Amino acid sequence: MLDFYAVDSLLGPEQRAIRATVREFVDAEIVPNVRGWWDRHEFPGAIKERYGALGLFGANLPEEYGCAGVDDIAYGLINYELERGDSGLRSFASVQGALVMYPIYAYGSEEQRRRYLPELAAGRLIGCFGLTESEGGSDPGAMRTRARRDGDGWVLNGAKMWITNSPIADLAVVWAKDDEGIVRGFVVPTDTPGFGAPTIESKMSLRASCTGEIVLQDCRVGPEALLPRSGGLKSPLGCLTQARYGIAWGALGALEAVYTCARDYAATRTTFGKPIAGRQLVQDKLVRMLTDHSLGLLMAHQLGTLKGAGRMTFAQVSMAKRNNVRVALNGARAAREILGGNGITTEYPVIRHMLNLETVDTYEGTHDIHTLIVGREITGLGALE
Amino acid sequence: MRILVCVKQVPDPNTVVYQIDPGTKRLVRDGVTNVLDPGAEVALEAALQLAERDGESTVTVVAMGPEDAEDAIRRALAMGAHDGALITDDALAGSDALGTAKALAAAIGQIGFDIIFCATESTDGYSGMVPGMVAELLGIPHLSFIRSLEVRDGVLTGQRVIALGYQTVQCPLPLLVAIASGSHEARYPALKGIMAAKRKKVEEYTLADLDLDPDDAGEAGARERVLELLPVEERQAGVIVEDNGDGAARIAELLRQRGVL
Repeated sequence: MLDFYAVDSLLGPEQRAIRATVREFVDAEIVPNVRGWWDRHEFPGAIKERYGALGLFGANLPEEYGCAGVDDIAYGLINYELERGDSGLRSFASVQGALVMYPIYAYGSEEQRRRYLPELAAGRLIGCFGLTESEGGSDPGAMRTRARRDGDGWVLNGAKMWITNSPIADLAVVWAKDDEGIVRGFVVPTDTPGFGAPTIESKMSLRASCTGEIVLQDCRVGPEALLPRSGGLKSPLGCLTQARYGIAWGALGALEAVYTCARDYAATRTTFGKPIAGRQLVQDKLVRMLTDHSLGLLMAHQLGTLKGAGRMTFAQVSMAKRNNVRVALNGARAAREILGGNGITTEYPVIRHMLNLETVDTYEGTHDIHTLIVGREITGLGALE
Repeated sequence: MRILVCVKQVPDPNTVVYQIDPGTKRLVRDGVTNVLDPGAEVALEAALQLAERDGESTVTVVAMGPEDAEDAIRRALAMGAHDGALITDDALAGSDALGTAKALAAAIGQIGFDIIFCATESTDGYSGMVPGMVAELLGIPHLSFIRSLEVRDGVLTGQRVIALGYQTVQCPLPLLVAIASGSHEARYPALKGIMAAKRKKVEEYTLADLDLDPDDAGEAGARERVLELLPVEERQAGVIVEDNGDGAARIAELLRQRGVL
């Protein structure tokens, strides 16, 4: 692991072992293959069993539901290593863990937990999370999707957009407003009549991940679909806090990948008689990238410590997501520049990470939205309302 | 069945450039990243697969090394071994192959076993002598270069790698098998395995626990002496034969000079 400030010395033996196992897995099974998947715009379906066998789905949830029960820092390290491979293949695990398993764990009944979590943890079921709508992801409270009471069940109508995993999912956690206008969560099997999930084609980002829509047309579900402890926008936002925490770590994995590539390239690429790594402008870029990585890693580690102690605030998560993704994106752009023409081919990992990070910078709260969340926190004045 | 697997902690062959201390003529192990020997992982994988097929076996890993060799044992436990034993004693430093084998055999004798798995050789020392010595000290058969195996009614049937193919061998338990390198693909420790490993037991043994004297093992008991270390000879430049109509004859002459023809 790229670790200029010896963050490794803050880790315990299990955390190190977990990072090592995920790192080995990523180096052996993702790094050699991801270019082909990305180029072909192909999600490698077989990877779900591999993630399940390793315990990567919902790894921080309790063992009694078939999960690994790792601590928050180990969970962060898992995201770091997966995203060092590819942001899309980290997203695949993040959505399953933080946006599907977490709401079932946090807002579901004991019966829902026992029914779904072990299957999701093993990768035998794949889930997706339907919150964002096409009218704008930054204002989820304006959602149009409705859940109308119908006897003892519900009828769902509406459409969701930019849904990771939806075309391949077995179940969807769908957020909709009930007859009183309260946002509620529903676990909807994707083979329910009235449920559709068309694929979004021609993405130039997260091409090794599958993205789609969710279309709900008089989709009738029974009373067992409702997540009984969900209520209000804070429920889906609570899931996003979990996911954003993972992203704050994950983006640094992508930064490691582009930094390492750029440093190694600069050491061997010669112009005017010496390696470009010996040029001041190139060293400036590399030092900025490594400094950003070091600061981000220290922030992520402390964020994990706070989360483990139950003291993490959503504004802290916003700051870490906002910062770490943007420095990774800037680092990827700098790395692309260092690689020159080679920086635009997928033969090197840099342009793939750079294009992936454009999405990561936008999803789970855009850079600007997180600016305004932190801005509201420090001034007491909301620029979002 | 009680399955034992001998494992070793070695400097990480993927990241560490192996260096020999010119004074002690020993491999430098301090200040480098140490890992569970990848060869031992292959032997452990073979043992775990046998235990999983059988359903009622236990797998115990045994290592000799400094106290931090427990990290290698923990990795083996995370892969699925049930418990571990670490032979650690300052007096063991500098053990040769026979000293290592004596310590391993003494611990294994105390623990009890039906079958012992070893790697064919370690990734750092490459002597390949310890498995045979352990078997001899315990008075049990030693099957070397085993690539696949089954145990039925107390009898092991396995395929043994030989120069021209495979030999099928059979032997009643108890016995020791040395697993051929590359014959099994070692699993990654799953996250649940890593979390469970910290709750598994690792028993520590000293020389006194094993009723061994310092003369049996360690520097004092070593009968092997490394006399001299020489660098590998640099490869000589090849000979380029220009063909002026007699190329074939000149190449044939070169081959004759080297005894090939």
